[in-house]
Parts: sequence; structure tokens; C-alpha cells
Amino acid sequence: MNTPLIVPAIALDQATKRYGIAKAGIATILESITTQVQRREFVSIIGPSGCGKSTLLKIVAGLSPITSGSIAIHGMTPQKARELISFIFQDATLLPWRTVRQNVVLGLELDGMARETRNAKVDTVLSLVGLSHVADSFPRQLSGGMKMRVSIARALATRPQILLLDEPFAALDEMTRDRINEELLRLREEQNWTALFVTHSVAEAVFLSTRILILAPNPGRIAHDLPIELPFPRTESTRRSSAFDRTVSEVSRALRSVSINSESKGDGQEIGVYPA
Amino acid sequence: MRKLSVTLLSAFSIFVGLLLLWQSVIWIFSLPPYLLPSPARVAHAIVTRLPSLMTSLGLTAAAAAGGLLAALLVGVAIALLFAQSPWIRRMFYPYTILLQTVPIVAIAPMILLWIGPGLSAVTLIAFIICLAPIVANTTQGLISVDRNMVDLFLMHNASRSQVLLKLRLPHAMPSIFTGIRIASGIAVIGAITGELFAGSSRVGVGGIGYAIQYASAQLETDYLFALVLAATLLGFVFFFAVMFLDWYFLHHWHESARVVDQE
Repeated sequence: MNTPLIVPAIALDQATKRYGIAKAGIATILESITTQVQRREFVSIIGPSGCGKSTLLKIVAGLSPITSGSIAIHGMTPQKARELISFIFQDATLLPWRTVRQNVVLGLELDGMARETRNAKVDTVLSLVGLSHVADSFPRQLSGGMKMRVSIARALATRPQILLLDEPFAALDEMTRDRINEELLRLREEQNWTALFVTHSVAEAVFLSTRILILAPNPGRIAHDLPIELPFPRTESTRRSSAFDRTVSEVSRALRSVSINSESKGDGQEIGVYPA
Repeated sequence: MRKLSVTLLSAFSIFVGLLLLWQSVIWIFSLPPYLLPSPARVAHAIVTRLPSLMTSLGLTAAAAAGGLLAALLVGVAIALLFAQSPWIRRMFYPYTILLQTVPIVAIAPMILLWIGPGLSAVTLIAFIICLAPIVANTTQGLISVDRNMVDLFLMHNASRSQVLLKLRLPHAMPSIFTGIRIASGIAVIGAITGELFAGSSRVGVGGIGYAIQYASAQLETDYLFALVLAATLLGFVFFFAVMFLDWYFLHHWHESARVVDQE
């Protein structure tokens, strides 16, 4: 699927993120992250809290600079690559004073697209996520699942190459979550974006991903890089297959080993802070 | 609708009850009219002196509304400045608190001294008293925007003014209205207080505060009562006007304004 001639969607080389100043003590959030995400890959990031998952997304989004190492998005700096990227946040982060349509159009509006063109695009993307009938409703009139769909529609409206998702479905009930997961894969099938997905749910990560990165905390680093071989298209029946169960328990075991290590290591000293 | 008529009916019966109580206190203790005029006398004063009552009411309303409006414009402008950096806030915020704690009664004579008595002095006093709550609430609204929403705008390389106009200001609207609601109550009080000191540049013609002073000096207690009623009514009108505007602008999307919206 990928030849070496194609620039990877995301390339991190020894990327390190530290906070603080030398005298007060420096916290290392991410240590020497080296990995590549090829185009069309769906990579999930899981790990115990405090392992820098969200920070990693912010780095890729160009919202937070790295301290050392390098990062390239489609061969560009994250700031330059911003228009290729859409970010989906933990809660829907809709502007409550705007209708669904006005929320979805926000990105295009900020990018300075002409009114006619952007309205046509919004109509398309609204029907894509099945929200045409609530286009003129306000967010407070929608359920949690629908709000999240609006958030997805807003992210997809700008036709991104890369989608960054920071625990987007954590607040949804399981049934809604499963349904949106399936929808997300269907949209990816149609639109061919690359995804970097942060989640706490192993089952969700396995269902969605082509690859899972397990991060270990203190400092945040890649502990495991696991390809997920389950065939596409993945549907409701994928979840009931024994291969799915097996993969989930494998990933869970890997995650647990990381979590246990980090707990025993954290004893006695302040976690992740190394005074100079 | 039915609920409303019940509410109105009970409010009206309490009103009638209070009038009866008022009248019976006068009968029982046989109070002279200059101490406590009867409801009928007050009503008579309202009717016969309606033109001067309306003039006073108009002057006070103008001063209170003018002060409130000016405080809104200046207050939001100051808050926009405050929202630019925590550094600016730390430097200037203590002074807005000072503005809130300075006794208006104490600075009224100074204002009288500087710009002379009349409508502009009273408006200035109403303005000063209204400014602090508007600045405080608007600033709070502007800076309490969800970090993720700001990131969302940054992802689209939004300019500072876009973040302000499309995110911070709309987000601050409910807070701005909270500020206006607080200010609208004290605007009327501020104007009347101002008028006690600086109410009139022409003898006999002034706002409610001025007329109250005049009427009490003349022992025109019935007219005094009429003025107090008018002042209360004015406060009511301000309060409900702001409540209506709040509802009008926010009920589409904001929870606080929805109370009126339900049924």
C-alpha cells in the first residue's frame, strides 16, 4: 500500500517534550518518540493516564512545540500542515450560540471560503453524517451522540488529510459509541484520511485501528507498537468474532504490563520530575 | 396562561390588603396626613401633580439609562482590554474594585463641584456606580472560554480579532447580561442618590431624588409617597427591560435565559 517514495502522513523522530525551567525541575512529558504513520493508517494511542497521549496529539496539531527531535506532517512543519489537519476534541466543543449548520461551517468560514461554496460543502457533509434534519437546531437541543456527529461533520467539512481525535467518544453510552465507531470507519472508507486516535477503551482501539501504540508513562514513551490484522470492512459482526476477542485480550495484557511497571516505578519519588 | 392569571389575582389581592392595612393604621392611631397620608391622598397627589411627577421621572430615567448605557460601552471596552493579558488584569483590576467600594455619596459633592449640578452630573454618578459590575462580569466571560475552543480556532489560523468576535464575545454574552442586570438595579439608585446632591440646575425642576428632597422639606408627604412609588416603578421597568433583552438575545442557546421560555 505504501512505497518508501511517499512521504508519511506523520513522521516523528526522537521527538521529546519537556515542561518547566531547569532550576525548578523539568517534567519530561514525552521522551524520544520515534514512529511513522503512513497515509490511510488508523493509529490508536492508548496508555495509562499521564503518559502524554493528549500532548502527542497537540504536538502533531502544531498547538504545542516539541523541545527536541523532529516532526514532519506530510513533509511539512505542523504549523504549515494545519490546513491538512482536523482536530476532534474530547467533548463536542460546539459553539452553543450557533446552529448545527453554523457550527459545521466554522472551519471553512475561518479559512475564508466564499459563502456559496462553503454552504454547498456543509450540506454535503451534513447528509454524510445523517444530520440534515437538524441543520437548524441549536446544540442544546441535541443528544450527546448527535453533538459528537456535528463535531465530526465540522472536522470533515474542511476535507482534512489527517484526523486527530482526543478521546472523542468517552462520554457516550456504549451503544451510541459502537454505532459512531462504525460510522467513522465508513467515512474513512469514503474519504481516505489518516487518523491518530487517543482512547482509554482497548475494544474501541482494536475495532478502529490498523495499528495501536501503547505508551508508557514517566516519561511518556512508546512501549508497544502493535499492528491490528483484523480484516476490513469491520462491522458489528467483527466485534463478535473470536479473533477480535483474542486481539483485545492481547492488547489489554500489553497495556496492563505497562501500567503495573509504571506504578511500581513511581514509588517514592515525584513522578517524571528530574531536578537539574 | 391559567397559572399567570392565578399569580396576578393573588398579587392583586395582596395589594388590596396592604391598602386596607395602610388605611386602618391611619384610622386606629389617628395619624395626621403629614406623617402618613391616606392612599386616597397619595392617589390625589399623583393625579393633580402628574406633569411635574412625569418630568422628574423622565429626568431620573434619562440619567439612569444614560449612565447605564455609557457604563456598558466603556465597561465592555475596558473588559476587552483586560482580556488581552493576565498582566494587564493584575495591574488594573484592583482599581475596578476601588470603583466598586468608593461610597457614591462621598464623591457626589466632588462631582457637583467639578461639573456643576444638573443632568450630566447625575448621569456621571449613575455611570460610575454601574461600571464595576459590568467590567467584572464581562472580563470573566471573555477569559473563561474553553481551552479546546481556542485551539479549534488556532487550528484554522484564526486571527486575534476572529477569536474575539466569533468566540470570546458571544461566549461572554450571558456574563455581560449578568453585569447589566446588576447594574440596571443600581443605576436607578445611583441616579436618585446623585439627584439628592446635584439634582437640579434650575430651582423646582429636577429628577426624583431632587423632588424627594424638596417635598420632604415642604412636608408634602403625600407627594413624597407618590415619588417613592414612581422611583420603585422605574426600578421595576429597568429590571424587566433588561430581563426581556436578556431573554430576547440568549433564549435560543443559553440555559439561563430559558426559564421564561418554558411554557
